[in-house]
Amino acid sequence: MANTAYAGTHAHQDHAPRGIWRWLTTTNHKDIGTLYLVFSGIMFFVGGAMAMLIRAELFQPGLQFLDPAFFNSMTTVHALVMVFGAVMPAFVGLANWMIPMQLGAPDMALPRMNNFSFWILPFAFSLLILTLFLPGGAPAGGWTLYPPLVLQGGESLPLAIFAIHLLGASSIMGAINVIVTIMNMRAPGLTLLRMPIFAWTWLITAYLLIAVMPVLAGAVTMLLTDHFFGTSFFSAAGGGDPVLFQHLFWFFGHPEVYIMILPAFGVVSEIIPAFSRKPLFGYESMVYATASIGFLSFIVWAHHMFTVGMPLAGQMFFMLTTMLIAVPTGVKVFNWATTLWKGSITFETPMLFALAFLFLFTIGGFSGLMLAIVPADFQYHDTYFVVAHFHYVLVPGAVFALMGGTYYWLPKWSGHMYNERLAKVHFWLSAIFVNVLFFPQHFVGLAGMPRRIPDYATQFADWNMISSIGGFGFGASQLLFFYIVWRTVRGGEKAPQKAWEGARGLEWEVPSPAPHHTWDSPPSVAAIERNAMH
Amino acid sequence: MSTPAPKSAHRSLALRLGLVALAAFGFGFALVPLYDVICAVTGYGDKRMLSQASDAPGVVDADRVVTVEFLAELPTVGQWQFRPTVHSMQVQPGRLYEATFIAENLSQRDTYGQAVPDVAPSKAASFFRKTECFCFTPQHFAAGETRQMPVRFFIDPALPKYVDRVTLAYTFYDTQAPVAALSNDYLLK
Repeated sequence: MANTAYAGTHAHQDHAPRGIWRWLTTTNHKDIGTLYLVFSGIMFFVGGAMAMLIRAELFQPGLQFLDPAFFNSMTTVHALVMVFGAVMPAFVGLANWMIPMQLGAPDMALPRMNNFSFWILPFAFSLLILTLFLPGGAPAGGWTLYPPLVLQGGESLPLAIFAIHLLGASSIMGAINVIVTIMNMRAPGLTLLRMPIFAWTWLITAYLLIAVMPVLAGAVTMLLTDHFFGTSFFSAAGGGDPVLFQHLFWFFGHPEVYIMILPAFGVVSEIIPAFSRKPLFGYESMVYATASIGFLSFIVWAHHMFTVGMPLAGQMFFMLTTMLIAVPTGVKVFNWATTLWKGSITFETPMLFALAFLFLFTIGGFSGLMLAIVPADFQYHDTYFVVAHFHYVLVPGAVFALMGGTYYWLPKWSGHMYNERLAKVHFWLSAIFVNVLFFPQHFVGLAGMPRRIPDYATQFADWNMISSIGGFGFGASQLLFFYIVWRTVRGGEKAPQKAWEGARGLEWEVPSPAPHHTWDSPPSVAAIERNAMH
Repeated sequence: MSTPAPKSAHRSLALRLGLVALAAFGFGFALVPLYDVICAVTGYGDKRMLSQASDAPGVVDADRVVTVEFLAELPTVGQWQFRPTVHSMQVQPGRLYEATFIAENLSQRDTYGQAVPDVAPSKAASFFRKTECFCFTPQHFAAGETRQMPVRFFIDPALPKYVDRVTLAYTFYDTQAPVAALSNDYLLK
């Protein structure tokens, strides 16, 4: 079709500087997307190495390799690195790459802020990782940073808090950029309800980020002043209440888990229709379900803290609102299943990851429902059952969506097809090992094994060994992922403009690899119609 | 929308979103006083009541006996001994009683101790009244000093019928002990 000509041909082939200055000074959304993705890949590796240490220590009961205080640092920093360094920047990277292309926009709305929000990240994580080398070690009170424990942890506290401030600033700027891009830069004719679902999920995510990251920033600032300036926000001696911190943290923390999963929903909602060769079933209900989840995420936070002592009315409220989230989430799961129904399904690697997401994320959702039941939660609280639950929604949930999205869009980014056979090996290794890794944690959790402890009673030994084997296998499998991506970027079979037969979206109307500048003139209405998801 | 918006539109929307973020930052701090209000409304009762003097009791309900238990707790920082002189009392609602707690300053310096009260079950908190308590003000302790400290209290006869046991707990904080003291001791060990 004629309109494809716009995109590629008069790309101003690079007046971008070469070498390191290109990456330091770039304001191009594709370059910044790449930076985000590479950075999150590195952080995934760092956080993964910490997970390997944790699983090595837990391979057998007793203390083998790690000092207990260092073990606690590992659980804490692993979580902070994975949440703020791996998963969140990876989705921002996808947003940078895909949202302008999907909306027919030439770039993000605020390119300089885009550059700034990325380059804050390496500094923030340098601060955080630096704490490992301070007297007293890195923060070891858990990623939730509960006082008074977190205030007793040596000299890492101010650095960790400043790191969180920087991360927050970066996320907020990224979110503002996404919203402004979506609200102001959509191609003429591309109405909100014609947007690709990935853009929709990101729009809602961005609002969540703006609403809750500042609350976290405020809460950790209060920790800082409590520790150094004699305030008593969380100190009972001075009339404060440590439980208040938990409320503040989870007022951020619960929307945060949806910040990590809503864009994953978006990615999966792009992949499943493409390989079912059908439009997404229930597009509008997907949008409303996502918005409902976003809204509900603000009123469920105290289900993370049922055991702190709460009036019965509070427990009932938070239990019931939490269970209510199953309704819009169920809408999404049924919509994906219905999209598959009578589709002409093929099982390329992105689709395999999306299908695994569908099954395994749902398992994580169900264990979440179990945790929502107050009396049951008193048994499960702070056990490995919780660890199993949130890893099921985060690893075969968010991370699988990211990997599926990477395979799905890698031909567009690099101009090369990845090695399908190797990628399938990567998928099956990941899918098998992730279950070997996390499923047994349900069992030891139900049997009462507490989380964040380097040692355990011998009756938990067998399942922990199996879990560790799964962990080592899963970790090693990801080296294959990095190899496949590296190989694809370096070369390989040429990818066509439309890499997947059933794919929809304006990104498939530009050449592969996507030239430095796309959509200098907006796409035609015909192209928009042709690529609408419904 | 018809045509892509100009750059000034980006700037103004970004600015408005920045204000939303700023408001969210303020909202985090607004939650601090809001938290006390919500706790007071949803059943804990007003915690500040526990640290405030109440009027003398009125009518005595001689037909009812409630067990009051005393608990003394120490936080992880500071060097104290702290305990109640009796572990429980049988009380009649409306009658005034006195219980004493003993604290000893084990540290080598002058300091002030602040007791922070709590009542369980939380429903009972607003019916537990004190006319005098060592928890109302910080208590001065010389190095090595031991002292008995009184709390005069009564149970409001309006206490719900199903409550027959109330626990009064104090945590005794050394207000001069820096929080970091624990970690440094621990780390040097």
